[in-house]
Amino acid sequence: MPLLEVANLSTHFHTRRGVVRAVDGIGYTLGEGETLGIVGESGSGKSVSVYSLLGLIQCPPGRIASGSAVFQGRDLLEMGEKDKRRVRGKAISIIFQDPMTALNPYMKIGRQLVEPLRLHLDLDRRAARRRALESLASVGIQDGERCMEAYPHQFSGGMRQRVMIAMALSTRPALLIADEPTTALDVTVQAQILELIKALQQEIGMAMLLITHDLGVIANTCERVAVMYAGRIMESAAVSSLFHEPRHPYTRALMASLPAAQPKGSALYTIPGMPPDLAGDLPACPFAPRCEFAVERCRTEPMTLKPVAPNHETACLRVQEEGL
Amino acid sequence: MTAPLLELRDVKTHFPVRKGLLFDRQVGLVKAVDGVTLEVPAGEILGVVGESGCGKSTLARTILQLVKPSEGQILYNGRDVTALKREQLRRFRPRLQMIFQDPYSSLNPRMTVLDAIAEPMLAHGLARRGEVRQRVEALMEQVGLSPKHLYKYPHEFSGGQRQRLAIARALGLEPELLIADEPVSALDVSVQAQILNLLTRLCRERNLTLIFIAHDLGVVRYLADRIAVMYLGHIVELGEGERIFTNPLHPYTRALLSAIPVPDPEKEHARRRILLGGEPPSPMNPPRGCAFHPRCPHATAACAGEVPPLDEHRESHRAACIRVEDLPPFTPGV
Amino acid sequence: MRDSIFNRLRIDTFVTLLTDGDTGIPDVTAQSSLWRDAWRRLARNRAAVTGLGILCVLGIVALATPWIAPHGYDDQDILMGATPPSGEHWFGTDQLGRDLFTRVLYGGRISLMVGLAATAVSLVVGVLYGTIAGFSGGRVDSAMMRIVDILYALPFTIFVIILMVFVGRNIVLLFVAIGAVEWLTMARIVRGQVMSLRQKEFIEACYVLGLRRRRIILRHLIPNALGPIIVYTTLTIPNVMLLEAFLSFLGLGVQAPMSSWGVLINEGVETMEEYPWLLIFPSIALSVTLFALNFLGDGLRDALDPRVSED
Repeated sequence: MPLLEVANLSTHFHTRRGVVRAVDGIGYTLGEGETLGIVGESGSGKSVSVYSLLGLIQCPPGRIASGSAVFQGRDLLEMGEKDKRRVRGKAISIIFQDPMTALNPYMKIGRQLVEPLRLHLDLDRRAARRRALESLASVGIQDGERCMEAYPHQFSGGMRQRVMIAMALSTRPALLIADEPTTALDVTVQAQILELIKALQQEIGMAMLLITHDLGVIANTCERVAVMYAGRIMESAAVSSLFHEPRHPYTRALMASLPAAQPKGSALYTIPGMPPDLAGDLPACPFAPRCEFAVERCRTEPMTLKPVAPNHETACLRVQEEGL
Repeated sequence: MTAPLLELRDVKTHFPVRKGLLFDRQVGLVKAVDGVTLEVPAGEILGVVGESGCGKSTLARTILQLVKPSEGQILYNGRDVTALKREQLRRFRPRLQMIFQDPYSSLNPRMTVLDAIAEPMLAHGLARRGEVRQRVEALMEQVGLSPKHLYKYPHEFSGGQRQRLAIARALGLEPELLIADEPVSALDVSVQAQILNLLTRLCRERNLTLIFIAHDLGVVRYLADRIAVMYLGHIVELGEGERIFTNPLHPYTRALLSAIPVPDPEKEHARRRILLGGEPPSPMNPPRGCAFHPRCPHATAACAGEVPPLDEHRESHRAACIRVEDLPPFTPGV
Repeated sequence: MRDSIFNRLRIDTFVTLLTDGDTGIPDVTAQSSLWRDAWRRLARNRAAVTGLGILCVLGIVALATPWIAPHGYDDQDILMGATPPSGEHWFGTDQLGRDLFTRVLYGGRISLMVGLAATAVSLVVGVLYGTIAGFSGGRVDSAMMRIVDILYALPFTIFVIILMVFVGRNIVLLFVAIGAVEWLTMARIVRGQVMSLRQKEFIEACYVLGLRRRRIILRHLIPNALGPIIVYTTLTIPNVMLLEAFLSFLGLGVQAPMSSWGVLINEGVETMEEYPWLLIFPSIALSVTLFALNFLGDGLRDALDPRVSED
């Protein structure tokens, strides 16, 4: 049985302009200890899809319209607020892009680390403190005692992200959700943090959902990857398969527009048009209006993910039939 | 050889850190830019890369005279612009324009597109009231926006479109030198490509000189003729684009190159990565000697002595490292 | 004479603040689209239009009071004394038998004049002072804001009494005294706004584009600080009207038998149990004005922000 099985998840936002289908019927599974990357541009619904699992979508305007998310045998979407909160702190941890928003600026690091431990693991003060120091040491902060006495603003971005990771991993969760964990960091620090996350993941044996817009980070960290566009999963594959043989026209276009991939002086490949307005009516395949391979049926026939190669599923009708 | 369009001579920009209410005193000095010497010939695209806090944005703001350098000269066509009086400077400004990083905050939210683009042109007498509308429409077309958006406000545009508006506004002043401070880092990959194409096209068409500041080496590699790598207020390496990528001389450049994740899982797993320890030190209290030596895997005792000069070690390829000749040959990450 | 002060102050303020009509500044497009669009958006906001309408009616009534008032404001009929509202006296009469409707009309003249004029003073002084402090930054800013702190610390009553000693009783003094207090908060609010706006890239862009400082302040900084300015202004007007009542109680400001809403309400409170109409009618007048002001203020704030969606 997989650790997490998401099926037909839809999250809609009810706004004055209409219903925004931020996430529209997506599904994926995640095995124990596995790493799944979710990649997409802004507005593709990659963050919403994961926040929906944890009940972090503000309601209203947000509403989970359909779907299930079975985690360790229980449906997260059916859980009561209290159970959900317990799962959130203990079995599922999350790290955000900007650690400063997740840390309380008026509270010492120590207290922010120790309190969840006492709450979720029922540790007494001394044991919780020892555990907090251990987890700080595990993220490379040797000077734990002093760190616990400091306030978040006294740290650099990289150090704060380390603290966040220490916090997220101190309960030894079964699943870590990392939402653009290195986007706000410099490349040399990003390299450190990615190595750290991978090492700790090995050690604890937890699964990870990594949300990012950076294909390089995906290649570095993940085993499988799902490409999202306009609230749907367009392609889902093992990392090597996706990068060597991207099948879906959107994935291909995305990779082709990376500047590093192209010789200097030539014009960069660009995707014509703009991402669709999710509040409006979309064609069956939301990428069809920008796709050079689109035919009439792309706009009408419902889109489904189908395997086209071992470990490789794509939602593109034309790839499924003839393999462009 | 003709004089370069822009020349920096040992430019330093230091910010005093003050404390106290009415009678404040100086408690420190942030050396954001600490002795930069650089020549930019007309028509060149120069990439400036470095991590946050390395002083690349301050360098841009110093060139533009948004902050006054504490020391050194900035020569534009041989004329020292740091000596200009306020009104002289204002009249000089159209020649040097800037594209900002955040398209969401670089446009006045309460001004229509027409007003925003027309205002600087009118302020400098580059267009008459009667014809300004036509000029704005032409500019919008040049940057790939439909002139029917003339009366819209910035919030009605996407990030990429706003960056186009900012470019149109700058172009209206017919600048010779454009400084772009991370113009695409706030944008999605597919939109990035559009803006980069636009910038390169405009540079070619108008023979613009471009200083392109970025932390993304991939973008700079694609765009730049020459690249300057900055670390803690200093240029540590300067040379032609491909040379920097194929044969980086400075240990910091090497670490930087090896840190970028490559969108290819096999290469990504196979390559040897130089993981730097720690983080860049504070520019308020930089290390003695070579600023990089505390993190440098090749540092020796001598590195803590003097600030290394930016010497020409290879043809048109400079590096500020005393150990360039002793370093092992660079094996490209893959 | 009072009317002329009232008119001049109001017009000046609106000219300088609302139309950017300072002749020294070349106006980019014949008319700033922000204001044109704001007016269009305001016209579509029903609450704001109602508020504006009420204020206009009140203004016209205030100007026309000497001709439309049914009685003289000091016509007494002590024998009749306080009577409840009737066909002859719509709002009833007070203990001296004076027609309350007439007194509310005349009181409105004073209250509106004080409210608008003193607020205008605080608006002009506060916005200019705050903008200059916030824009200059550094030591100029520290020095300017310390002066504000010191003025804040001065007890208002003592300040007024000192003013009375030197200048004597005078209606102009009323504006000076109230304006002198009310601009302080405005200056602080505006300075804070300007300080945070100054960090924004679009202000930096203005410098790069070679715009003059005056233009940056008037076209870029102040329009973006308008939201809080408008909100605070609508809060200042009632404050000022009540301050006026307090000053009148001290013997400064309005002299009996002339009156104002604040004074009428103060008197009404004392006889609330016997003659409730003496409290109710002036209070209604004041409340309607404040409601109208708030509707208009909210509408203006939204209208001036293009980001507030129009539907």
